[in-house]
Formats: sequence, structure tokens, C-alpha cells
Amino acid sequence: MAKVFIDNKEYEVPNGKNMLEVCLSLGMDLTYFCWHPAMHSVGACRQCAVTQYRDENDTRGKLTMACMLDANEGTRISILDQKSKDFRAGNIEALMINHPHDCPVCDEGGECHLQDMTVMSGHNYRRYRFKKRTHLNQDLGPFIKHEMNRCIQCYRCVRFYNDYAGGKDFGVFASSGRVYFGRSESGTLESEFSGNLVEVCPTGVFTDKTLHKHYTRKWDLTSAPSVCHQCSVGCNTLASERYGGLRRIMTRYNGDVNGYFLCDRGRFGYEYVNDEKRLTRAAQKENTSGPEAFASVRKHLASSPKMIGIGSPRASLESNFMLKQLVGAENFYQGIPGTEAGAVNTVLEVLQNGKVKTPSLKEIESYDTIFILGEDLTNAAPRIALSLRQAAKNLPREKAYALRIQTWNDAAIREVVQGETGPFFVATPYATKLEDIATSSFHGDTSSLVSLGKKIAAHIRKGEQGLANHDEETGFASATAKALSSSQKPLIVSGTGMMSKAIIRVAASIAGALKEAGKEPGLVFAVPEANSMGLSMMGAAGALEEAADRVAKENDITAVVLETDLFYRTDKNTATGFLNRCQKTILLDTLENQTTPEVDFILPAGTFAESDGTLVNNEGRAQRYYQVFQPKNEMKSSWAWLDMMIHNTEDARPFDAIVSEMAEHIPAFDKIKTLAPAADYRIGTQRIPRQTHRFSGRTSINANVSVHEPKPPVDKDSPLSYTMEGYQGQPPSADIPYYWSPGWNSIQSINKYQIEVGGELHGGNPGIRLIEPQEDGATVFEENIVSAGKGRFEILPAWDIFGSGEMSALSPAVAKRIPEAAVSVSEKALQGSGLSGAEKIRINYHSGDIVLPVKVDNSLPDNVLLFPKGFKETAGMQFPLYGDIAGV
Amino acid sequence: MATEQVISNEARQEIEQLFHHLPHKQAACIDALKVVQKYNRWVSDQALQELAPILEMSPHEIDSVATFYNIIFRRPVGRHVVYLCNSVSCYIMGYEGIYKALKEKLQIDFGQTTKDDRYTFLPIPCLGTCDHAPAMIIDKDLYRDLKPETLDAILAKYE
Amino acid sequence: MERPLTEHIKQDGTALSLKEYEAVGGYQGLRNALKMSPADVMNAVKDSKLRGRGGAGFPTGVKWSFVPMGDNAPTPKYIVANGDEMEPGTFKDRLLIEGNPHQLIEGMIISAYAIGAGMSFIFLRWAYHEAADRITRALQEAYQAGYLGNNIMGSGFNLDMDLHTSVGRYICGEETALLNALEGKRANPRNKPPFPQVSGLFGKPTIVNNVETFCNIPHILAKGAEWYISLSRSEGGGGTKLYGASGKVKRPAIWELPLGTTLGEIFEEHAGGMLEGYQLRGLLPGGASTDFLTPDHMDIKMDFESVAKAGSRMGTGTIIVMDDKTCPIGMCLNLENFFAQESCGWCTPCREGLPWTAKILLALEEGKGKPEDIDHLTFQTHYNAPGNTFCALAPGAMEPLQSALKYFREDFDEHINTHRCKYHN
Ligand SMILES: Cc1cc2nc3c(=O)[nH]c(=O)nc-3n(C[C@H](O)[C@H](O)[C@H](O)COP(=O)(O)O)c2cc1C
Ligand code: SF4
Ligand code: FES
Repeated sequence: MAKVFIDNKEYEVPNGKNMLEVCLSLGMDLTYFCWHPAMHSVGACRQCAVTQYRDENDTRGKLTMACMLDANEGTRISILDQKSKDFRAGNIEALMINHPHDCPVCDEGGECHLQDMTVMSGHNYRRYRFKKRTHLNQDLGPFIKHEMNRCIQCYRCVRFYNDYAGGKDFGVFASSGRVYFGRSESGTLESEFSGNLVEVCPTGVFTDKTLHKHYTRKWDLTSAPSVCHQCSVGCNTLASERYGGLRRIMTRYNGDVNGYFLCDRGRFGYEYVNDEKRLTRAAQKENTSGPEAFASVRKHLASSPKMIGIGSPRASLESNFMLKQLVGAENFYQGIPGTEAGAVNTVLEVLQNGKVKTPSLKEIESYDTIFILGEDLTNAAPRIALSLRQAAKNLPREKAYALRIQTWNDAAIREVVQGETGPFFVATPYATKLEDIATSSFHGDTSSLVSLGKKIAAHIRKGEQGLANHDEETGFASATAKALSSSQKPLIVSGTGMMSKAIIRVAASIAGALKEAGKEPGLVFAVPEANSMGLSMMGAAGALEEAADRVAKENDITAVVLETDLFYRTDKNTATGFLNRCQKTILLDTLENQTTPEVDFILPAGTFAESDGTLVNNEGRAQRYYQVFQPKNEMKSSWAWLDMMIHNTEDARPFDAIVSEMAEHIPAFDKIKTLAPAADYRIGTQRIPRQTHRFSGRTSINANVSVHEPKPPVDKDSPLSYTMEGYQGQPPSADIPYYWSPGWNSIQSINKYQIEVGGELHGGNPGIRLIEPQEDGATVFEENIVSAGKGRFEILPAWDIFGSGEMSALSPAVAKRIPEAAVSVSEKALQGSGLSGAEKIRINYHSGDIVLPVKVDNSLPDNVLLFPKGFKETAGMQFPLYGDIAGV
Repeated sequence: MATEQVISNEARQEIEQLFHHLPHKQAACIDALKVVQKYNRWVSDQALQELAPILEMSPHEIDSVATFYNIIFRRPVGRHVVYLCNSVSCYIMGYEGIYKALKEKLQIDFGQTTKDDRYTFLPIPCLGTCDHAPAMIIDKDLYRDLKPETLDAILAKYE
Repeated sequence: MERPLTEHIKQDGTALSLKEYEAVGGYQGLRNALKMSPADVMNAVKDSKLRGRGGAGFPTGVKWSFVPMGDNAPTPKYIVANGDEMEPGTFKDRLLIEGNPHQLIEGMIISAYAIGAGMSFIFLRWAYHEAADRITRALQEAYQAGYLGNNIMGSGFNLDMDLHTSVGRYICGEETALLNALEGKRANPRNKPPFPQVSGLFGKPTIVNNVETFCNIPHILAKGAEWYISLSRSEGGGGTKLYGASGKVKRPAIWELPLGTTLGEIFEEHAGGMLEGYQLRGLLPGGASTDFLTPDHMDIKMDFESVAKAGSRMGTGTIIVMDDKTCPIGMCLNLENFFAQESCGWCTPCREGLPWTAKILLALEEGKGKPEDIDHLTFQTHYNAPGNTFCALAPGAMEPLQSALKYFREDFDEHINTHRCKYHN
């Protein structure tokens, strides 16, 4: 701790901070632009100027930048003195001379850091009387709008896009007053994290193009704390609605999980919520819809049919649990194929029984030596890849710290580090994007990756003698093992991407070996979907194949299918077979898909935006999301439908009742009761408003229907209200629907919600870890023998951030980013089959064949083909497949 | 590649020579741009594309550097570049007259290239020859103590 | 009067070859240095009271002493000669490089030996094509003669040296921006600390000195610190200094004179006073980024302290003379246009403040000035004061302006009141 003085008041502050962080952490208002809590200081904008005094006798002081001033014992500054106040106001005036002053037509308006800082600085009169310089804007693709004239040259965008996120197709161009931020030429931004520019940019240069399509002023949004449903990481989000449509997704800060950033799938993949194909009314095959259809469901259930349930990794814990309650534990099946279920269950098993901790996303950034086995993180769990990029900087940064460069002195650190990263080892079937920071990489099929993993584990345990021969694989294994062994905090990253239990087990064994060696290793797995872990923890009688077997054997079964498109999850034969053999099928889902026409009853389920629920992410962290708005139709949370089915009622019990029941039945979920405040939680007597107090035109929203203002809906499932009335202060951390603080209208007001900037939220970061390592847990995991099927090629899934997400891929902006479905194959493999130069090839595999365009990828082993995972063309395929190729 | 390569093999070899004494290839970025310009007069978009793999940088990264510096040309220039010093000593010593004369003779203003592609005319900060102001450089040749009446003879040397 | 740096430079304008340089005592300093320990070489430079000739006048030996030494020090270390010389009105380094490139090279080798550097660069501005050719030749000669490369003159000391010619931008002269340029990056300055002595080129310990500074080193090592101090007429530092003058004077040129020669002596005796028909109104004593001095200041010594006391800076020691037929506002406009254009674009006051300043000056020149413009110009000089900006470019840009407002205020007022510039008829 250090004693510092701010405007003659004494404060004890933690060491290692700069004075801007200190002031903001103490809740003071000090203007800034270029500093960012995750990217730290470079001292460019000069907006955080304060006056520094040598000691109490120094009356003149000198101007200095708070963000570049270390908070040392005795540091003495003033932020209220006239000199620094005038400077800050003058600086904004200068920043604004070329600004178009177009707030009325700017998408950032009302949520703009530049507006806030301008007001805060006191600058309000413009003296500049000359021509403004203007820029041309670029088309940056479907996600980001570009309006360079609003730029204040804080350099945050390049620092995020290039330095933080590793992007290479963006930059700053020209010099002096003409500096330009964008691309060398117009074109789609390639980074998977481009959407963060929207939040990182303090003004309206980079704005959300998807929001722009149905723009609304930001204070007119109704928002709720949500959790991203687009992959297994579970980033915290703020989801916002207006007029019954979801308008945008922003980052909800969670110091343990995603911090300040999201990936583009998470941010822009929400648009399916507004799809015309949404199921909005209960329906039955005989064309009856509305309440009567649900009455028929109840009638059918009253006949006590024999039931099975198909659970879903994209549905909440509560919905899966209620399904399990409805059909009985022995009749509850995971709605995913056996290979996937096997892989996910294996992840759960090694984490539950193992001795090694699986770190949070934030903790991932603290490890210093990384080994990735088999997983394409940038595409399968993108936000993890961003954290791994930060972890890769840790060891090289030590060099800077040794020169006494402070941790916040970002530019100076980068000068010392010179772009060096690592140690970072990647072994995957194909070259993934993270290889640009890899120390070394290796590509192999499943069995060679398993064998490589075994060698690494053996080397860690026994040293070099653990390895006999010296081929490429052993060389890589020994280098990796040595690096891992020489680190105190090594991290092993793997996942279900290859759908291989053996890969997962061998990764766990490597981590186990490190643990045995006295290290503090971490073990991270990516799993396929938002609630894959939760579904696995729920326990099931089997996977989809078992369910299919079951209905094949017994022919009087009613299947209740929860948020599952059978044709997406499994191949056509299995899906149709299943549907035909069931006596009756009841589907709860959100959107029309291939399954919907085939079922007897449809109950319209709410997406994450129209329902409440809990998800368990890849780390085993349970997180609550809230309904953003009440749909004006029959959509309900799936758990609500199921509750009504169980109890034969017209209305569901409140969410809390479901959670209690779940906690009672499944001890692993006991903690979920305390995940978030109960629905009757009030601050004083007040609820937490989903709408800002600036919400406008409420009384006229329905004026076209009736001039009477309707009674707002009441939320019985949470303490949030659907109105602007309620508690205006800070809600509990799990219940923050938007960020706002007096004078801070932009997302930068997050600072005010944290104990210290960049740290924990007041009241702790939300979410509860359900899985912890076992003191006496296992460190060795028996690996199954990989059973190779018939065929010259192993066919593995290639994940794609935009194409592989079942729901997000339906969002128009995301859809524009999905590449053509193609088979990846090495040139050598093509040559070997005499297919060199072929534009399309036929791939024959055990259960079928497919013709796909060829994409040559010479990083692939000669015996591996890649199919895009979860694309229309490849939906329902279960990997790995084995097969051969032929011409067409 | 369908289009012809704009960075010649000779230039490529010269760029490869730059990497010694440097800890990584990016450090040769500016020198590499100079080499391209030496052979091509300017750095085209395609040259950036071709340079990228050689320097292990993206075209955007190279362009970010290229556009910072005023002696790297991202637009075509003529066969000869006339750089007229417009800094303070030349200003005092009669830059204005030289500027007007050159403008008239070349029939172009700063930033422009003559129709016959012979000259590009650019202003340039102080040439470090202030005791002989006003001054200009054409290509690599320095001309000092300029007088409007000596310009014709100088320009005549450049075809 | 001794002129160690320039006395051997040939009148015909050609460079001294290695042979010629050796014949007049060249590389003797290096021979002496290699017999000493690096620490002793550093001390000799400290004792000589040599101060940096790049503008700021920082004691050279002291600067070197911040470089981490010993076996645990990071390697490689670098020596960089700052030959950017883009400050308008400055043309002294050109003379040294073109006239006697080996003197610079020798100075750099000795410096490298003192700090244990293994690699060195000469950073030369784009426009000095002739100088580049001569350095290239001299480097070849030095390598051939064994002054560069491995095991220099049997001492076991190794050093390589490369020439880097820049591609423009005044900011490259700022030493940390120069390092970024050498790394192939955009030449934005870096924050200090860490200083380049600790984390410089490629993140390694680096010394950047001005060309003239390096050229002093061989002589200090050849003849000793005491001799070197005796050359100076200044309390504040040793040696001679290259002074120069440009503008409407009789004999614009560069002269090597004792440090601390008075302004009047330089102006009258060496530059020969004003050309017929012109009167002296003011002068910038050390390049474009120094405050105006006036005919009243002729008695001050041209050294770091005395010029500072008079309210300006010695800067590069190259005087720009403003005559009575040059408009002070026009001259300021010319200067501010330069600085605005050469701003790197990193920090706000410089990037936005300088173009704004230039636009106001242009308005004044065009007769469109307003009374409040004076206040605003004054505001800009405070806004861009040292410490407020990221580097010294913008504060330097404000020096001529703030002093013009002080000394030539009546011209500003007249422009505003008469809506015209009388100098432009
Ligand atoms: C904008 C700016 C331009 C500069 N240009 C030069 C230059 O061209 N040559 C030079 O030697 N120093 C220049 N300097 C000073 C250098 O930053 C540095 O102080 C100097 O090279 C150190 O050398 P010295 O200690 O030998 O003087 C410049 C400084 C600034 C702020
Ligand atoms: S003062 Fe600021 S903008 Fe100007 S050159 Fe220095 S760092 Fe760049
Ligand atoms: S926030 Fe401190 S200089 Fe920009």
C-alpha cells in the first residue's frame, strides 16, 4: 500500500497502480480517453492531466498525466485546481475542432464517452472557426460501421485490435492531424473480436451495424443481464430490446469471466431472436394453434403416456431439469450424439475427479506457458483464444518488469517485449489461427495427437528417457514438456473439438503430471455449447442413439423434445426413424427448423432474450440470465411450459420454485439457489429497473392502439422490473441491466461498478463454480485406444466461429461471414488420389457420401480431411468419420 | 498469381539482404519500402501485397508504416521528383519567387505530376543547406542559391 | 584558435579519405581508448564536460553512465548517431559528415567501446544523399582497415556499423521516435522513462547522440579532457561548437568557435552582419524551435546557460536571422506550418493545437485576424508547454511564437487592425 494525496486528502492505495486508476477507483471523476482498464496507459490523449506537487510546500506544481504517474508513497496531485481543469477543458476543445458535432445523428449519442468527458471537462464553447478536416469512411463488413470524422485519435482501436487481439488487417495510417484509423483499403474486418471496437472506441467512429439496422436511442432500450448462448464460455452480456425486438448485445463486465470483451459471434449472433421463422404460438399438427393446442397437449399427458425426454445443451439447466422431472430420470436423454456426449461427459469426469484446477477465463490470463491439444479455440470458444493471447505475453513481459517498468506502462512494456510471445505450443489436426503466436506447432490425426500427448506426459514424469526415438513428434513433445516443466504456472488447453475422449484424457494426464511435479497447472476444456456442461452434469440415461434405440424397441412412446433440431444433431435416417417411431412428439423450441414440421405438438420457447435460466459454462461456472422482455405472444421459457405440463396448470410456478426443486433433487446444483437475488429481493421496496431513467416516450409507445398507458408487466421470476421505475443506484452484481452513473452514460461507467478499476464488481463477480479439483484426485487418466474406422482418411470437424453455431448462424450479419462449405485436404493427399487441381471431390464415408468444393490446406496431415462443423451441408454428421475421396 | 509481380527478383534479393544485423524482419520494413521505391518509383497496393510475405507482416501493417513517412510514395510519381524546400531560411531568402517560377514552368502545383510523367512537384521541409537558400532537390541532386533565371538550365537536365 | 572538428575539412568540398584522416591524427583517439578500460573512457568524456550538441545539451558522459554495465547487462547494446538534422535552419551535421565521415565513425566506435555496444547505426536524414555516399565509402574503408568488425585492432572488441537513411519526418530526430523508425515502425516518440539507455533500440540499452557530439569524442580521447575544456569560453561545458547563420547576412555559413562565443561576435565578425539594405529585427539562435532574440541580446554568450537566461535556447547553435523586410507573422506561420505538418499525430495538444495555431497565423497574414486571436495564440503557447505534450516537438514549436508575441506584438496588432500584411504589399 502507498499513501497518496489527492487534493490534500490522504488515501491508502494499492501499489502498482497509476494515479488515473487510483482516482477512478476512489470514485472520482477524471477525464480520459487513451487509457483503457484492460490495455492500460500510453499517455497519448493528454486528457487525464492533473497537477503534481513535490510536497506540501510546493504551491505551483506541474502538469502531468495521471495515467503515466505511478502511485508511489507520497505522490501528491490535485485534480480540482484551476490549472489542470483549464488544461483538460482546453484539451477537449482541441480534440473537438475537427469533430462534426453530429450527435443528433450519431449512433453513439447518449452513450458516448466523448460526450461525457466533454461535459465533465467543462468545455462548452467552440472557438475554432476554420474548416474541419474530413475523411472518407470505409466499408468494414457486416458488423462495424465506420465514421472517421468523429475520431479523436485516442489510438484505442489499434491498440485493441492489433496489440491486444492480434489482428493484422487494421491499423493507423498517415501522420500529424491526418492520422486515420481503419484498413489499408475497404473490406471486412477479419478479427473475431472486431465488435469490441464498438465499446473500445470512446466516440462514434466504430458503431454496431446490426443495431443501426433497427436503430433506437440507447436510453430507450430495455435491457437485462444475460449470458451469451453462442458457445461454452458463457460471456456475460447485456441484451437490449425495443418494440419487441432484440436490438443489440453489449459486454457485461465480469471480472472472472469475459472482463471487457466479447467475440463477434456472441455480439452479433443475436439476430435470430428477431427471425420471422420464430415459433410464437402453440401448435399441433392438425393445424390447431394457440391455447387449444396446449390444451391438447395437456389432454394427451392426462392419458399418462409412456414418455421419454430429449434434453438440450442449448437449453437452460431449469428447462432440462423440468424435462427430466416430467419424464423421469431413467427416460431423460441428452439430445446430442454419443460421440459428443462421450466427449463432454469425459471432460466433466476428468474435472470432477482430477486434481487439477480448471481456471476461470480471467485466470487463464495469468498462466505463462501454454499447450493446446486438439482444439481450435478461435473458432470453437473464441473468447478463450483472446485470453490465451494475453497469457502468451506474460513471460516476455517479465523482462520489462525486471527493468522496473510498471505493469500499466503498456507502450514501454511492448518496446521491451518486441512482439515476443510464448512459450506457446499448439498440437492440432490443422493450423489454427493461434499459431501466429506459437513457439512451435504440430499437426496430426487423432491417434498421433494422442500419442504425442502421451509422450509429453511421459517426458514430464520421467524426463528425456521417457522418449525413445527422435522423429518430429518426439522433438515437439520434448520441447513442449521441457517448457511446461520449467514453468510454475503451465496451462493445458483442450476440448471436445475433435470429439475424442482420448484427447481429453491425455490432456488431463499431462496436467496431472505437472501437478505431480509440484506445479500449479491449469486445465481448460472447450465444450460444444452454452450448456453442454450443465446438461452433462444433469445426468442422463444416454445420448440420442440410445433414445433412438429405445423408441425402436418400444412403439408407444411420447417423446418430449427440448430445444433440439434432431436433423441438426444427428443424421437424417436416425432423425426420421426416431420421429416416425414415436407415438407422439412434443417439441419445445424457438425457431422453425427441419424437426418442426415432423412433430405432433409445438410449444414456442423463449430464446435467451425471452426467458430466464441458468447455464453452466466450460469452467463449470453456473450463471444466471434474465428475460429481457416479455414477448407479446405465447412464447415462454421451456421450463415454464414443462412446469405447466407437469402440474397441468395454466400458468407456471415462479423461477425460484423451479431452482429450489432442482437444488433439492440434484445436490451438484444446490449452490444455484444463491446465484442471484431471489425474485422477492427489493432494495428498500424497489425493484431494479430494466429501463433507464432516461427512457423516453413510454406513454406513447402504444398510442396507435390506445392512448391509455397499459399496466407494465410484472416479473414474477426476478427482482427486475420492466419499467423505468425502481432503484436508481447500483443493483447487486448479478442483476446489472445496464451501466450508468451520474455523468457517465457510456459503458465506461463500468469503472463505477468495480471495487477498483479492472477488478471485482461491488458485491463480487457473479457466477458460482460448481466443480473444484479434488485434493486427492486422479492425475492419470487411462486413454481409450482410438478405434480407427475404415478408409484412408480420418475426417475431422473444422470449426468456424460463424458457421458452426447452430443459432448464431441464422443471424443475417453473421451469415454473411460464413465461408463456403468445403472439404479441406492437403495437396499431397489430392495428388495421392490423382485429384490434384480438382475443384470438387466426392467423399465416401461409412454411412454416406457427399460432394464438396475443395479447399487446399497443406497444414493437414495427408490422412486427414476436414468437414466444416455444423454447416447446413454437414449438419448431423458425427465426427470422426472415416472415408475415401474420389473425383466427381 | 494472375497479375504480373511488381517487385522484381532483383529488388527481392536486395530486400533479403536487409535482414542481417536485425533481430526480426519487420525492422527492415522502411528499408524494404525504399528498395521497392527505388525500382518502381512508388509503392502500389500490389507491391504491399507482395512485400507482406517477405517481411512477415500484413499489407495493412506495412501501409501503416508507409503512410507515416513523406518520402514513401503511395501514389505514382513522375520520372523525376522536384522537392522544393519551403522551410524558414528559404522562406526568408525568396522561396516564394522560386515556387511561382517552378509552378509556371512545370505547369503544375505541389502534389501534382506533369502530363508527360516527367516531373512530380513536392514541397519539402528544410534541406539542411540554409546558408545557400533557397534550395531544392531533384531526384538526388541538390541545387542551391536558386534564382528564377537559373531554373530552366537545371530542369533541362532531366528528361 | 583551435578548430579540432573542422580544421582538416577540405576546402574543395570533398571528404577526407581514411588515409588523409589518419595522416592528421585520425583514429589516435580510438587507439588510446582501446588501451583504457571502458569505465575510464566514460570518465574521460565526463571530465571533458562535453554536452550533447543535438539541442538539449545533456552532459554526454553522464548519459552514458546510465547504461547498465557488467556481465548481467542486456545485450546487444546499441550506439546510434542522430544525423536526422531536420530542424529548419540547421546544417552543421551535414558539414561534419560530408567533410570528415571518419571522425564521426571513430567517435562512435569509442563510444561503443565505452558502453560495451556491439552494434551501431548512423541514422541519416533522407535529403543528405551526398553524405550517405560518403559514409558508405568510409564504412567500407573502416571495415577494411580493421576499425570495424571483429577484434578491432587486436583489442578483442567487436563492433558493426550500418547506415540507415530515413524517409522523411522531422520527428525522427527525437531520439525515441528515431528508435522506432530504426525498428521499421511509425516514428512516434516513446514515453520516458524507461530511457533509451535502459530500454532503447529493440528494447536494449542504447545511446543516441548527435553527430557533432560524437565528432568531439576522438579529440577528447586523443588530447585529454583538460585540453578539451580549455577550448571553451563557457563555464557550462567544454570544447568548441559549430555555429552557423542563415538569412539575410553577408556570409551565411558554419564556423567552429569556442563554446561561449558571443552572439554579437558570431553575427558581426563571422556572418558579417546584415546584407546591404536590411536591418536585423530578431533571430532564432539555435534553429526553428528556439525563442527569438533581438539586437539587444548581442552580448550574450552562445552557451546553454547564457542563452537560457536570455529566454531562449542555444539549440543547435545555428542562427536564423530575421530582417526588417520579413514579416514576423509570416515567419511564424512558416514555422508553425512546418511543425503542424511534422507532428507525429500521437498526442492531442500537438496534433490539434499546431494546425489550429497555423490557421490563426494564416488568417492574420491574410488580414482576417481578430483581436481574440492574440489570446488564443497565447493560450496555445501555454497549452503546448513542456510536460503537457508527449514529446518536445510541440513545446519547441511554441518557442518562436511565444517570443514573437513578446517582441513583435505590434506587428500582430497591426495585422489585425489594418486587415492586411504590410510586408506583402
Ligand atoms: C522534435 C525533435 C527533433 C529532434 N531532432 C534532432 C536532430 O535532428 N538531431 C539531433 O541530434 N537531435 C535531435 N533532437 C534531440 C534528440 O532527441 C536527442 O536529444 C539528441 O539526439 C541527443 O543527442 P545529444 O545528447 O548528443 O545532444 C530532436 C528532438 C526533438 C524533440
Ligand atoms: S508533441 Fe505529441 S504529437 Fe507532437 S510529435 Fe511529440 S508526441 Fe507526437
Ligand atoms: S488517459 Fe492519460 S493520457 Fe490519455
